[in-house]
Amino acid sequence: MIKSHRSLSIALALLCSLLPLTAEAKKLNVVTATTDMAALAQEVGGDRISVESIAKGYQDPHFVEAKPSFLLKLRQADLLIVVGLQLEIGWLPPLITQSGNPRIQVGASGYLDASQFAEILEIPTGVVTRAMGDVHPLGNPHYWLDPDNGRRVARGIAGKLSELDPSDSAYFQQRFEDFDKRLTAAEQKWDAEMAPYRGRKIVTYHNSATNFAKHFHLEVIGYVEPRPGIPPTPSHTFELMALMKRESCKLLLVEPYFDLKTPNSIGAATGAKVVVYLPSVGGEKQVTNYFELFDYDIDLLKKAFQ
Amino acid sequence: MKTKIIAAIGVALFCVPAWSQQGTNAPDANAQNSAALEQRIRELEDRVIALEGKLRTMESAQTAQPQPAQPAATVETGTQAPAQTTVPAPAPSPNEAQTGLATSGGQLPVYGGSSAAAKALNPDVSVIGDFIGAAGGNSAPALATLQPFPSLQMHESEIGLQAIIDPYARGDFFISFGEEGVNLEEGYITFTALPAGFVAKVGKMRSVFGKVNLMHNHVLPWIDRPLVTTNLVGGEDGIDDAGVSIERILPAPKGIFLEATGQLFRGDSADVFTASQRSDVSAVAHLRSYKDITESTNLDIGLSYARGHNDAGVNLLPNPEFVTQLYGIDATLRWKPLRRSIYHSFIARSELIWSQRQELPREQRAFGFYASGDYQLGRRWFTGGRFDWSDRSRFDNLTDKGAAATLTYWPSEFSQIRGEYRFTKYAENRDSNELLMQLIFSLGAHGAHPF
Repeated sequence: MIKSHRSLSIALALLCSLLPLTAEAKKLNVVTATTDMAALAQEVGGDRISVESIAKGYQDPHFVEAKPSFLLKLRQADLLIVVGLQLEIGWLPPLITQSGNPRIQVGASGYLDASQFAEILEIPTGVVTRAMGDVHPLGNPHYWLDPDNGRRVARGIAGKLSELDPSDSAYFQQRFEDFDKRLTAAEQKWDAEMAPYRGRKIVTYHNSATNFAKHFHLEVIGYVEPRPGIPPTPSHTFELMALMKRESCKLLLVEPYFDLKTPNSIGAATGAKVVVYLPSVGGEKQVTNYFELFDYDIDLLKKAFQ
Repeated sequence: MKTKIIAAIGVALFCVPAWSQQGTNAPDANAQNSAALEQRIRELEDRVIALEGKLRTMESAQTAQPQPAQPAATVETGTQAPAQTTVPAPAPSPNEAQTGLATSGGQLPVYGGSSAAAKALNPDVSVIGDFIGAAGGNSAPALATLQPFPSLQMHESEIGLQAIIDPYARGDFFISFGEEGVNLEEGYITFTALPAGFVAKVGKMRSVFGKVNLMHNHVLPWIDRPLVTTNLVGGEDGIDDAGVSIERILPAPKGIFLEATGQLFRGDSADVFTASQRSDVSAVAHLRSYKDITESTNLDIGLSYARGHNDAGVNLLPNPEFVTQLYGIDATLRWKPLRRSIYHSFIARSELIWSQRQELPREQRAFGFYASGDYQLGRRWFTGGRFDWSDRSRFDNLTDKGAAATLTYWPSEFSQIRGEYRFTKYAENRDSNELLMQLIFSLGAHGAHPF
């Protein structure tokens, strides 16, 4: 009798231990190229997805090493969300090929290029050559830094999640609507905070703040890089200093993965403040979601402009 | 589709004054109307952007669509006589082609841009030039495997043609134009949609024996290849043969990446394997384990085995059955701090290789290794050193030794200038001191190589 009770208890314990696994198994496994796509996916996916980003928020998303450990994530993925516009062209394609996961191959149902939902700026219209540097011929890929694009991408992700998991479609839709409301409220606050600084001129290290500047009505007058992906040269740096003095530009934004030596020299020569801004969620420990990214950057800008 | 976008914009513009007029008739409702109007405009803007996105997707879908007859034709014309081939109607003009080289950028299909549509079905095309100059003395002994570079040499021009073939596979061709002629360095199809996590390749490919054998010249951290590669694994050509490869990630604990690869080749690879008859196939097996120690540091260890018939007795016996077996261990330690990944990195590499070559009058048992370290000094500057030690596969009593130091400068991601001082001490007690210079330049969309 005792034996049978013990067997029953063991069987029940085993069953209970399996139950959470069953619930876990229902979750969609989402892998994203960057933390920003992960943050947006998490907003709409809630607890019905598990999401992981390949690149870190403080890492240059153009130059990520295609480590084999990423294959372990990709081979289990139900959905791969990429920024697109060739941002990940230098590292993601071999990972997709080697993953052995048919679901996330380009064109398959588990492959989502989020750029299709966003307003893309700076799409070159003429002939594109590498004399222009490491230019993105399909447009500027840093589009998530416009909250309106964040909303559009989140809507697109919600649609894709619903397609992959129709039973949770209403949940994803409700999550998106909630995100939309919170983002609209946050946008009003951010717009109001940035309103006094409309038309202010700024310089960035890399051409990553175009969408951000458009949304908050800032004017980017130049870049520390002479051309995208080309390290600063003395002649370009002198030209940029002259331009900043001429245009009374008092703020230089630097992405966290660039060296501060040249920006600091420019700042010293022109009187401009040099600020390390975050282009991505996770650029600093405290910036853990899409809202905190804008909170952080806008706070930085306000302090710098004051 | 463009008409629809224009229509949507038109509707938006038409609606703005109409709502504004209504607002003037009811002043109390002004605030509400203005909010509704703003919301409506935003919705219309979103719709226009969504339509633009769909347009870009449709254009890219043309690229990704399966076109069974097209790829073969493209490859054929591309490899035979590109200048004289009759080009089908949608082929781009020279200007468009130039744009396309810049726009296509790698292995994925493109996602927008009018120029991309014009070359929708063409593969990504790239050319990598490898120019080498050499100075100093190197009078290699007659039996030495290592041969000196000429004073000036357009060492290699590698043309890459890469595209997704259909929803199930992609194709990669690398054609090498050297001073000795044209060679298909690699040309294979990769099946990416196999069940159970398998990835298969069929065609001609570099085998997965160790690390250096897999590398194309332009991704080597040195101008030359290590002595052990030259003496035991066929040097620059290496184990590069027609065959079938299958790989799969294996389950492993504690976040360890474990991958097994098995390859079967015809059995003809440089000086390493020679097939006298159809059954003389060669086989290569590789087990790779990889672990992230921290987010900046990782360790990569591999075990390799290769077996095939060699050329001993080929001219003396009708069906010689002399076999060469190779065993290898490779280890790579990488460090790259993520916040400053474009400025600093360090890679330490080593490969140990044992060769057992059956021949008359006795089996030759040779061993060799190299150990190297490469440090990135800044965004554009790299330096490194390498130590070589290797027996010769046909004369295991002869051991060559060497050392090399490199300094590399990158004007951009698409070109590099490298200098290398190389010291070689041949087994025959002859020394050589050389200064090598290399210029590598890349045109077009060369897909990223595996890590």
